Amino acid sequence: VENVRLLDRVSSRKAALGTLYLTATHVIFVENVSETRKETWVLHSQISSIEKQATTATGCPLLIRCKNFQVIQLIIPQERDCHDVYISLIRLARPVKYEELYCFSFNPKLDKEEREQGWKLVDLNEEYNRMGIPNSYWQISDVNRDYGVCDSYPTEVYVPKSATAHIIVGSSKFRSRRRFPALSYYCKDNNASICRSSQPLSGFSARCLEDEQMLQAIRKANPGSDFIYVVDTRPKLNAMANRAAGKGYENEDNYSNIKFQFIGIENIHVMRNSLQKMLEVCELKSPSMSDFLWGLENSGWLKHIKAIMDAGIFIAKAVAEEGVSVLVHCSDGWDRTAQVCSVASLLLDPYYRTMKGFMVLIEKDWVSFGHKFNHRYGNLDGDPKEISPVIDQFIECVWQLMEQFPCAFEFNERFLIHIQHHIYSCQFGNFLCNSQKERRELKIQERTYSLWAHLWKNRADYLNPLYRSDHSQTQGTLHPQMAPCNFLYKFWSGMYNRFEKGLHPRQSVTDYLMAVKEETQQLEEELEVLEERLANLQKLQLNDNKVKSKQQDRSKQLGLSASSNSLANTPQEYSSDLKSFPSRSPSQGDEDSALILTQDNLKSSDPDLSANSDQESGVEDLSCRSPSGGGCLPSEDSGKDSDEAVCLA
Amino acid sequence: MLRSSQPLTGPNRKRCHEDEMLLGTVLDEGERGFIIDTRSAQAAKQARMTGGGTEPKSSYPQWKRLHRPLERGRPLQESFIKLVEACNDASLGMDRWLSRLESCRWLSHVKAALSTACLAAQCVDREEASVLVHGAEGMDTTLLVTALAQVILDPACRTLVGFQGLLEREWIEAGHPFHLRCARSAYSHARLKQEAPLFLLFLDCVWQLSRQFPFSLEFGEGLLLTLFDNAYASDYGTFLCNNEKERQVAGRWGQQLKESTHSLWAWLNQPEEKKKYLNPLYSHNPLVIWPSVEPQSIQLWQGLFFRWIRSSQYLDEARAEMQRLVEGN
Repeated sequence: VENVRLLDRVSSRKAALGTLYLTATHVIFVENVSETRKETWVLHSQISSIEKQATTATGCPLLIRCKNFQVIQLIIPQERDCHDVYISLIRLARPVKYEELYCFSFNPKLDKEEREQGWKLVDLNEEYNRMGIPNSYWQISDVNRDYGVCDSYPTEVYVPKSATAHIIVGSSKFRSRRRFPALSYYCKDNNASICRSSQPLSGFSARCLEDEQMLQAIRKANPGSDFIYVVDTRPKLNAMANRAAGKGYENEDNYSNIKFQFIGIENIHVMRNSLQKMLEVCELKSPSMSDFLWGLENSGWLKHIKAIMDAGIFIAKAVAEEGVSVLVHCSDGWDRTAQVCSVASLLLDPYYRTMKGFMVLIEKDWVSFGHKFNHRYGNLDGDPKEISPVIDQFIECVWQLMEQFPCAFEFNERFLIHIQHHIYSCQFGNFLCNSQKERRELKIQERTYSLWAHLWKNRADYLNPLYRSDHSQTQGTLHPQMAPCNFLYKFWSGMYNRFEKGLHPRQSVTDYLMAVKEETQQLEEELEVLEERLANLQKLQLNDNKVKSKQQDRSKQLGLSASSNSLANTPQEYSSDLKSFPSRSPSQGDEDSALILTQDNLKSSDPDLSANSDQESGVEDLSCRSPSGGGCLPSEDSGKDSDEAVCLA
Repeated sequence: MLRSSQPLTGPNRKRCHEDEMLLGTVLDEGERGFIIDTRSAQAAKQARMTGGGTEPKSSYPQWKRLHRPLERGRPLQESFIKLVEACNDASLGMDRWLSRLESCRWLSHVKAALSTACLAAQCVDREEASVLVHGAEGMDTTLLVTALAQVILDPACRTLVGFQGLLEREWIEAGHPFHLRCARSAYSHARLKQEAPLFLLFLDCVWQLSRQFPFSLEFGEGLLLTLFDNAYASDYGTFLCNNEKERQVAGRWGQQLKESTHSLWAWLNQPEEKKKYLNPLYSHNPLVIWPSVEPQSIQLWQGLFFRWIRSSQYLDEARAEMQRLVEGN
């Protein structure tokens, strides 16, 4: 469709005019401006909702909201075309079969072997080995080898040595969705463990010997403690209500040596609404501080984030400080349980704060344990009530921790944002379907590519320059501050306002420090080489000079890269009062050209490359957004000049 | 950029030929200028009843007046006190923290101050027009705006030395009444009438700029905290008294203040001290820095408000690591 306008939602700059393309996998807007032909690509999988707004004099507005929080507003000249686009997008954004998803057509030009290697990058058996299992307390069980016991669990589960197949099967019959207690994390220093399951089908009074034996087995696997915690991550009221439906929670009277604990985290519906409300706040045009803070509090979002974090902290403390094992569950044990177990693991074990370790963590607690990616993130068109930002919340917990402990993580914010992006993009096969069983049936590993391999290949973009494995923050357990600590939870504008460049610092400290780090390394290596030579050669004077001039060149280069970071930026709309004066047009040329230069990397006729490019490098967002510029607001009569009414005395 | 106090037009709309001429000399034939009045139009009008007022359009035809009300005085001090109370309230749950923060209004004041300073800067840089800033007395919000605007506009004001010069010029010599304004701070029960944290608000705004432009200020948060401390209680004479006139005779035995005290700047600029205040990421940025004043971009200054409440260990370690990386190069 031609002559479509793309509005910039933040600044009131004139809309970009261009052509809209719909392909099998993307919506693409290409600007008419011949020098740049800036492209905005949106994957259909990313589309969360499409809104057709009332036709105005300028055309028919179409608002596309994405799961990665990008919001695109188009104005299509003809109502008929707008309707066609709308209907098409509705269909395209709601695939019915897996085969429609991008991952089945995405081609990164790797051969079969490379694809396989990519999938092998993260190996859970290796991970459990790293934890120290199997050992005298824990073993691997193949009781679920054909998914016969629990179809949402993996084929390989880790259970206490004293848990026989009989006990496991019996326990699974007493658990919602058959999700029996299984190992998530084992701490070899003190034998404490984190196990996870779903709720017991206890109703008001039902008991199950095998399930009780299962919990005993978990307790026995930790000789250092005579009890285990059982943590129900639901609010007490919800858990109690479940009893009426024949489910519920563990009665301390029936299970020997357990200490039961509720940690109220709200359910998926509350979370879905919470995010919705928060996004509404983000869409406010130039809100006051008041509107923003009230809106944010009203959404409850940060309160929920804190609740998840607090639960993780409780469990980490139980394991690290008390040396007590914990069994975690919620209702079905695939949402809140996953969040809380992975946060706790992250706090406990520095390995999960490395890039590889983080991938392993997600693979373990989310992918292998049957988190319902398809239902939660809408790979396919399904029940809207199943949609919920569960993993988003976990990812945000990680970001909040990164802000509190800037040296503790090997990866940076961009890593987290790209992972979130790809959970929704369906460009890779890792996050499809609802269980390992479904993924194997679809032969995902043979037909799609692994995100982990892709991220690993580009890991230089994802490193945190402040990370040092020998640093105090990276050793051992992380101890987030307890109360007062509300203020430590910040609004993550890098994620929820990701595409509004005007809101973010124009200069990336992370990128600059990475560049500095690399330069220093290069210099040090070079210095070593030269020092060797120095020792060997006789003409000391000559070599001295060579070393000096090389160092000067390098530092000049570095100086250049630092100052090129001082991009011109344009003022946002501070006031519309100035418009009544003949204002010279803001010199947007400067900052635009600076940004455009880097876009040359992104332009490519290969759709696959362009599609990738919006995640490849740090300049990803440039392809999606026009920079916010200062310009003239549509007329708005501001502060009345009281003197206008005064007649000349 | 010019600053002054309010014109004394009074209820009878007095005119002053000399004042009109003075402002007239600033603008060329046909040029336009802006007046940014840091009071609301309402308040400015009311000021006439007590002898003050605004510049009538008829007498100052080349100047367009814009009102940008900024909080000052008692309400600003209350805002500060409430904020500190909220920060110290350990019983506050996450479900009420943000609304409590909002009710203090401090962040709204930061947003308003930054917006107004940006407006002044825009007049100068984008409109290439002169701008006159004043409130009522010209000692509080006026100085906040002009000083902040210069940090935004002028890279020289972002250097350590330049920033000190800015403080001398726009706050100390310009007559911000430090002695009255920075008396007891937020914990005192004595609610002094003249006390108001304008200077802290200025420092907070500068901190916001440093966060949004991490490479563009030669100094770091440490300097801002030190300045905050010294404005209230100091070993040095720099922030004493209310104006230059008082300083002429405030020294021992009626001498000049500088005869009896040491200068904070002299201490800060010693090589050993200076090192602590420099920003390792600093790289001269010759351009104007335009901050975002969206609520998401304005954050609570944790380093100040939570200074004694939360451990800064991890952030200090991060800063040290940054320093190490940059110096290692």
